[in-house]
Amino acid sequence: MTDPVLATDGVTKRFGALAACDGVSLELRPGEIHAVIGPNGAGKSTLIQLICGGLAPDAGRVTFRGRDVTASNTQARARAGLGRTFQVSALAMEDTVLQNAVLGALGARGGAFRVWRPALRDPALRDRAMAALERVGLADVAAVRTAELSHGQRRQLEVAVALTLEPHAFVMDEPMAGMGPEGSARMTRFLDGLRGQAPILLVEHDMDAVFALADRLSVLVYGRVIATGSLAEVRADPAVREAYLGEDA
Amino acid sequence: MSREGWINALLLAGVAGVPLWAWAVDEPFTITLATRAAILALAGVGLNIALGLGGLVSLGHAAFFGIGGYAMGILASHAQAYDPIMEAPILIQGTKSMPVIWLVAVAAAALAALVIGALSLRTSGVYFIMITLAFGQMFYFFAISWPAYGGEDGLSIYVRNGFPGLNTLDPIQFFGLCFALLLLALLFSARLAKAPFGLALNAARQVPTRVATVGLSPFRLRLVAFVMSGAITGLAGALFADLNRFVSPTMFSWQTSGEIIVFVILGGVARTCGPVAGAALFVALEHVLGDLSDYWHIYLGLILLAVVLFARGGIVGTLAGRGRAHD
Repeated sequence: MTDPVLATDGVTKRFGALAACDGVSLELRPGEIHAVIGPNGAGKSTLIQLICGGLAPDAGRVTFRGRDVTASNTQARARAGLGRTFQVSALAMEDTVLQNAVLGALGARGGAFRVWRPALRDPALRDRAMAALERVGLADVAAVRTAELSHGQRRQLEVAVALTLEPHAFVMDEPMAGMGPEGSARMTRFLDGLRGQAPILLVEHDMDAVFALADRLSVLVYGRVIATGSLAEVRADPAVREAYLGEDA
Repeated sequence: MSREGWINALLLAGVAGVPLWAWAVDEPFTITLATRAAILALAGVGLNIALGLGGLVSLGHAAFFGIGGYAMGILASHAQAYDPIMEAPILIQGTKSMPVIWLVAVAAAALAALVIGALSLRTSGVYFIMITLAFGQMFYFFAISWPAYGGEDGLSIYVRNGFPGLNTLDPIQFFGLCFALLLLALLFSARLAKAPFGLALNAARQVPTRVATVGLSPFRLRLVAFVMSGAITGLAGALFADLNRFVSPTMFSWQTSGEIIVFVILGGVARTCGPVAGAALFVALEHVLGDLSDYWHIYLGLILLAVVLFARGGIVGTLAGRGRAHD
């Protein structure tokens, strides 16, 4: 078995008496899309925060590319090559689409302390940003203010900003959230092609997308992983059938 | 040229044109007023980097303004008394040279901004406002209780400091010097806003989580912005002291911090020439209304109220329209 790119080893996070994540161990292997599903309140958002550095775990470890990053902050993990998208778009709404993508390109360059030359006239930054926008199909609206984008386009821009980092792993928090069926289908096709570039840890509610994309699946209920495996294995798991997928699944 | 570009050109032509006219008709007091406006605008340009671009509402910029002022006062007072600042371990003399004074003012203000910023930028929102205010007040009371440099009475400098090749006692020449520095600061802040640093800082104001997620540190961006901001306001403080040939703890007062914020808001937050419009209007009102009543701040308050309620973009923003999305 190849070494995982990203792994959590028994990560636990408690808020008072509530264990939002309780000894969660997951692995993201090269070339795969690993979906994490679970009902609302199962601890998916907390898990993402623990993986990306927004929260520090009470116990357990997070390793990324063979290094223990448990003590690293968000910036350090991003610089190590972790590309994240947010469930609720976190974009600079006053800025243009291109400026948002250039921000990612600046992060990829590793610093933004240049004060004289305009960022948008820097060919290296601009090319990297435009290449990412072209891949998600936003090149035509590069000069538009982000606030004027449709919801679906904002979701695409979220992904484009992560792409500019050329990360070693993606962590995507409900990339299909709020998208219509057509948008979801397009995003599904796009993510399908992306796994060859870097593996994706995909937290998603859209079951069609999950079943279409996931190589492996982990089911999170009340902060615990109750099952991990291929689609067929997880579907056959009696605990999953009872707790989550329901009798008709 | 964009509409905002024309407005900026017109504004700067006005700030330069009024004293030139006053010089032609021999009205030195008007030149002094214009110099005052240019210097206060420079202080506002400094604050605008933190407030406009970074979204950092600092109610402590008087600290940097005052540090610039006292840098000038201390250096010049020792020079005029022929009394070295310190003799051991190395001899440091005072100076009457503006370039040296500016350098010291900028360095001291930047250092203070680094320390104040490193501590206060760990908070945000109203706590940040209160902490910067507290730092400003610390400097204010320190200046009051420091008898070596005049304490409450401040320091008088009898002859304006010199600049190689210029007669700084001539009002129009001193104005030219201040105006040139203002132009340089405006050029810098305009370039900064579009440079990678400005783009990242502006994003950190809007969505800090996003900035961290691409691997940049919002804290470091804000700290660097705060230092640049404090340094420019410190330079303005040194010029202000030279204009008045007098330094007093008033430069450190929280009212001074408030006035610098007023310039930025009146003129237009995050607009390159906003502080110029704001400071020019402030000085004009102070002069015109100040002649009519000691309570002219009432009218300033009404204008500020109107701007905040009906013209959020300030003078420049209202005239230029939105148009911030470029290229």
